[in-house]
Amino acid sequence: MTFLTLQGLSKRYGDFTAVEHLDLSVERGEFLSLLGPSGCGKTTTLQMIAGFVTPSAGRITLGGRDITQERPEKRGMGVVFQSYALFPHMTVAGNVGFGLEMRNMKREERAMRVAEALDLVRLKGLDARYPKELSGGQRQRVAIARALAMRPELLLLDEPMSNLDAKLREEMHIELRAIQKRLGITTILVTHDQVEAMTMSDRIAVLHKGRIAQLSTPFDAYERPATPFASTFLGRTNTLPGEVLGRNPRCAVVDVAGTTLHVPHEGREVEGAVHVYIRPEKVRLANGDARMHGRIANRVFIGNQWLLEVDTELGTLRVAQPNYGAPPPEEGHEVGLAFTDDDLRVLTRESAHGNA
Amino acid sequence: MATLDDSRAGAAPWLLSAPALLLFGALLLVPLVLTLLLSFRVFSDVAGVQTAYTLKNYAEVVSDPYYAEIFLRTAGLALAVTLLSVLLGVPETIVLARMKRPWQSLCLLIVLGPLLSVIIALTHVLVPFMVMSVWATLQKLDPQVEWAGLSLGGSPLRVFRRVVLPQIMPGVLSGSIIVFALSASAFATPALIGGRRLKVVATAAYDEFLGTLNWPLGASIAVLLLVANVAIVMGCSRLAERRFKHVFE
Repeated sequence: MTFLTLQGLSKRYGDFTAVEHLDLSVERGEFLSLLGPSGCGKTTTLQMIAGFVTPSAGRITLGGRDITQERPEKRGMGVVFQSYALFPHMTVAGNVGFGLEMRNMKREERAMRVAEALDLVRLKGLDARYPKELSGGQRQRVAIARALAMRPELLLLDEPMSNLDAKLREEMHIELRAIQKRLGITTILVTHDQVEAMTMSDRIAVLHKGRIAQLSTPFDAYERPATPFASTFLGRTNTLPGEVLGRNPRCAVVDVAGTTLHVPHEGREVEGAVHVYIRPEKVRLANGDARMHGRIANRVFIGNQWLLEVDTELGTLRVAQPNYGAPPPEEGHEVGLAFTDDDLRVLTRESAHGNA
Repeated sequence: MATLDDSRAGAAPWLLSAPALLLFGALLLVPLVLTLLLSFRVFSDVAGVQTAYTLKNYAEVVSDPYYAEIFLRTAGLALAVTLLSVLLGVPETIVLARMKRPWQSLCLLIVLGPLLSVIIALTHVLVPFMVMSVWATLQKLDPQVEWAGLSLGGSPLRVFRRVVLPQIMPGVLSGSIIVFALSASAFATPALIGGRRLKVVATAAYDEFLGTLNWPLGASIAVLLLVANVAIVMGCSRLAERRFKHVFE
């Protein structure tokens, strides 16, 4: 059941269009991420949903009711800010209980709800501390508890992990996702971190220049990017310029630097100048079943895997080789490479919005 | 009284008002006439005021844009003050007129007396210190904090009172300390506007030094002012520091 809908939502600042005619539906209980680089309009979209920014055009409905013009304090949404935006002059309990106080909830009931929210984010016993006396991770938990104590129908997260260090961030991804699932709360996350979006989301909306470049599950977003932007923004990939020679029911026949490749087109219209994509981890070093040969130009070890650059007839290919134990051949050595046609993707070049 | 003849009866009012008239004539009329005459005299850079008469001075004032600007500014100033006086004075008078007896006299005294003028003038001089001080804390305020308050269901007014105001309080307090210290020790403004009628500590010390020439008394007044000022300022700073210790780094 559709819970939140954005219809033709736009925001213009003078000549600059931050968000352009955005259509999006979010199901009840769903975790959806707005993913994109800075300036793609993801934060503006969130701010319009929260009511901090008034849309230039379009409609927002929540549970069937039009909230486009509703004041932010009437929307009852929980918001976690990038800066956490804790109230420095209030204790942890004061912060978490603020929303309940605004609803004029009785003191005893409020104390119960505050304790419950702090328990949920594993911050028991820190009620009397001031934000200044907490670590970054604890502050973030307070911000989450403050938003959840309201028991909102919709939780909005604006880059909430960007100020945490990498290890803590990974832990919070899993923990926050677990809390979200347990409460069944509809959640929208704004992030530029694709790992964050993939770890936590049911669906990802990749935003590019104020528009949706891809809207799908994390797996599909990574495996079947619908637009050139989504292909290169999510993870690393090899981008090979080519020319379409022909088409059969399953594959496009593409010429890449003199080599003919059969690329599954998945029903897409592809013609003329195209890009063929293959992920570095889909190319493997091979001996007997090698499809082509190349020379290792560069070899980097990053712990769990080796990153290689191999000069081949298709051009320079990035290859990611899991660390099985034995190191791959050194720079300058000839190696055989293997991949299957199913690992190749093709999209018409310079199509800004794709044909998703 | 009936025996007094007409001529003496006619002279009496004049004789009675003669001293006042003399004073009026000597101090106002004569200088005015002299100024009028002087305005037609020829002036030489080398020899000063000459005996010959001319209209050149008037021609110069009327034709020079430098004077035109000054006259216009003066007229604008007068107009602005008149308008403000109407805006403030009329409602004030209406309120005063409706007040009960003792309060009415008291308020009238405040309005007419120099104290209010000194307060207004000093406020005008010192408001920038408060603005600068609050400005500094307002700049440090996380703009998302206000949004956070709204998203938690607080009305803009409640968010201002519970979230914004407490956070700019340190600025308000430090601004208050600066303004208090400066106005308690102010000399020029009270001296100019309050005149000799309304003494403050700084002008009293000045009077002892230069009026009665009682230097030791003047010095002790000055020292007492300094000590009181330092004590109050330090006490307030301590209090503010202790109050906001947990909150701000």
